[in-house]
Amino acid sequence: MSFTGNRRLIAPLALLGVASLALAGCAEGGDSTDSGSLEGQTVQIAGGITGGEADALQATFDQFTKDTGIKVVYTGDKSFEGNIVTKVTGGSAPDIAIVPQPGLLKTLVETGEVKAAPAAVEANVDANWSPDWKLYGTVDGTFYSAPMLANIKGYVWYSPAAFKEWGVEVPTTWQETLDLTKTIQEKTGAAPWCAGFASGDASGWPGTDWIEDLVLRQSGPDVYDQWVAGDVKFTDPEIKDAFDAVGEILQNPAYVNAGFGDIKSINSTAFGDVAAKVADGTCPLTHQASFLSANFLEAKTASGETPTVGPDGDVYGFVLPGIEAGSASIEVGGEFVTAFSDSAATQKVLEFMSTPEWADLRVSQGGSISANLKADPSKASSPLLTDAMKLLQDPNTTVRFDASDLMPSTVGAGSFWKGMVNWIDGRDTDTVLSDIQAGYDN
Amino acid sequence: MTAITTPVPAVDPRSKREVARQTARNEKDAQKRLSSRGATLVAILIAILWTIPTFGLFVTSFRPGADSNTTGWWTVFVNPGFTLNNYFEALNSGGTALSLGQSFINSLAITIPATLIPIAVASLIAYAFAWIEFKGKNMLFIFVFALQIVPLQMALVPLLSLFSRGLTINGVGIFPGFALRDVDHSFATVWIAHSIFALPLAIFLLHNFISEIPGDVIEAARVDGAGHGQIFFRIILPLATPAIASFAIFQFLWVWNDLLVATIFAPTSSLPITQTLNSLSGTWGNQWYLQSAGTFIAIVVPLIVFFALQRFFVRGLLAGATKG
Repeated sequence: MSFTGNRRLIAPLALLGVASLALAGCAEGGDSTDSGSLEGQTVQIAGGITGGEADALQATFDQFTKDTGIKVVYTGDKSFEGNIVTKVTGGSAPDIAIVPQPGLLKTLVETGEVKAAPAAVEANVDANWSPDWKLYGTVDGTFYSAPMLANIKGYVWYSPAAFKEWGVEVPTTWQETLDLTKTIQEKTGAAPWCAGFASGDASGWPGTDWIEDLVLRQSGPDVYDQWVAGDVKFTDPEIKDAFDAVGEILQNPAYVNAGFGDIKSINSTAFGDVAAKVADGTCPLTHQASFLSANFLEAKTASGETPTVGPDGDVYGFVLPGIEAGSASIEVGGEFVTAFSDSAATQKVLEFMSTPEWADLRVSQGGSISANLKADPSKASSPLLTDAMKLLQDPNTTVRFDASDLMPSTVGAGSFWKGMVNWIDGRDTDTVLSDIQAGYDN
Repeated sequence: MTAITTPVPAVDPRSKREVARQTARNEKDAQKRLSSRGATLVAILIAILWTIPTFGLFVTSFRPGADSNTTGWWTVFVNPGFTLNNYFEALNSGGTALSLGQSFINSLAITIPATLIPIAVASLIAYAFAWIEFKGKNMLFIFVFALQIVPLQMALVPLLSLFSRGLTINGVGIFPGFALRDVDHSFATVWIAHSIFALPLAIFLLHNFISEIPGDVIEAARVDGAGHGQIFFRIILPLATPAIASFAIFQFLWVWNDLLVATIFAPTSSLPITQTLNSLSGTWGNQWYLQSAGTFIAIVVPLIVFFALQRFFVRGLLAGATKG
């Protein structure tokens, strides 16, 4: 009896004791920023990149750490876009954040915690990137963030082998694309296009890429810029034209959704799942960014092999053609390296990440490309990515950043996404457009 | 004179027996109908339907990634192909700064203290609310109870700011803040955050239970010369064990499955398994099949806790529900 009593008495007391000791012990941990040399300092990077891409990113710092003694720790978080704002306002920002949207960069700058880019980084960006890219990292005239990686949005993925079999060629104009669609439909008797808009909270974004591509191609970069700035409204005829053009494919029951079902199945298909259908031949055409190449690594062809990505292989991509042949306008996405610390170690890392050497290191890890003009395209992991990089570096290419990433988040990451989903669900185009435009008032 | 005849309630013993027999028959009938072969079959059918998605996930976790990407898990019966690779790969590649194995350990280091601290604090507070008279007790209790309504998302930024910047009022430093950002494996912030968020419910549940303990027992102890300390440790704690255990299960499961609080408060090296699990599928979701394996690794601990403390679980659901 008294034994039990004592044990009951001791356990909670011991517990409290241990807890308070542990808390005190943790609280005493010092920070290491006061040492003079950079040796042994840690720079924390946070971003939304996870999985194999995160491992590849971390690997680019191996040699850097050996040379300078600065440890770089990357932490990936799938909900990065939401959490970083909380962390920064709460005073617990990482040293460096990899921000995937210029719109988010603007929000972060408004917290007052973002540090302007060091002079060395700005010099690197001036020398190595086109002025457009520098502009995306600039908020209110101050340059904050150097671009990191890039991807090209408007690829159409197809099977070169199947094209050869059907005797068709890669189209060079929008009209040819529609003709090609018709030809394939007649030859196979099945839908030629597949699409997937499902992406959790962000469902609908693959649709915004479609629209943006068509706005850029049909109405040109000037209208595109005004649209991004909000001067051209969603309800204006230029935007409606783009919806109608996309609708010729995505709203045509005979043209979609190859391998999945009817038009509405676009909304229930995860955006990455289309890769498997393109690989095994059930879906002849799909529109998705260059990063879809990562999804082919674990896909299978009809005969059960891993598909080869190449101009003569099982799958390959062409840039969605313009209205007229030869006019290369592409829509791109990318990340921006944003600093919340101005410690010497952080500046050193920032500077390193803006060099062509770093771009080469990351590109040769595979699966991604850089818009750095001095980076070597031949280091890219596939012929498609090499071509994509050359396209980005070509001074004749008209490059525009993903419009939905530039618009205010209530539209670009809100009503525009939702609008695309409703549009596929059968709501008429005019209602959808005024719904999206209403996002500006939120 | 006519006699007023009052109708005698006709208690016919035979019909009484008849009613009793009928009731018994009805009861037996209902019992039979509920435990009949048909009902059991329906119950089993529902159970199977309910388990199919989890079973599918389980099968997927053993299928090679390329198979999972191209065909549904049910095709495994026609075209079997199994591998343990997903488990190896999931354990060793995290998709973030930590691997799943490392963050598994972190999860334990977060969850166990984050369960014990609120229990230790809340049982003391609950005792005070139940058995110590002081001014404004009821108002204070209602205030604590009302705190449950505050969504924890609202507290994220202020609490984080307190931890990282400290608190200074009018230039007087009240709390310096933790300088934990670069410290490896520091869990203090997560423990404190989880404890704070758990306390209102913990106090409420334990208070309801502790206040039900008969006053006579406590009176008797007091007559024998026991102080508050002795009453708490020798009478209250042993008697409140079922309530404490059931709260412990809830808190353990909640902290183990928490993603938001840990992502916001934990430094990189201390991130729990939920964060790694979330990142496992990769930026473009191309490695989603690893998540199925990761899920079953993560599920092991909650299962152990649940089965070990199962008998308290249902009681926990009823804790505080019966007010005599």
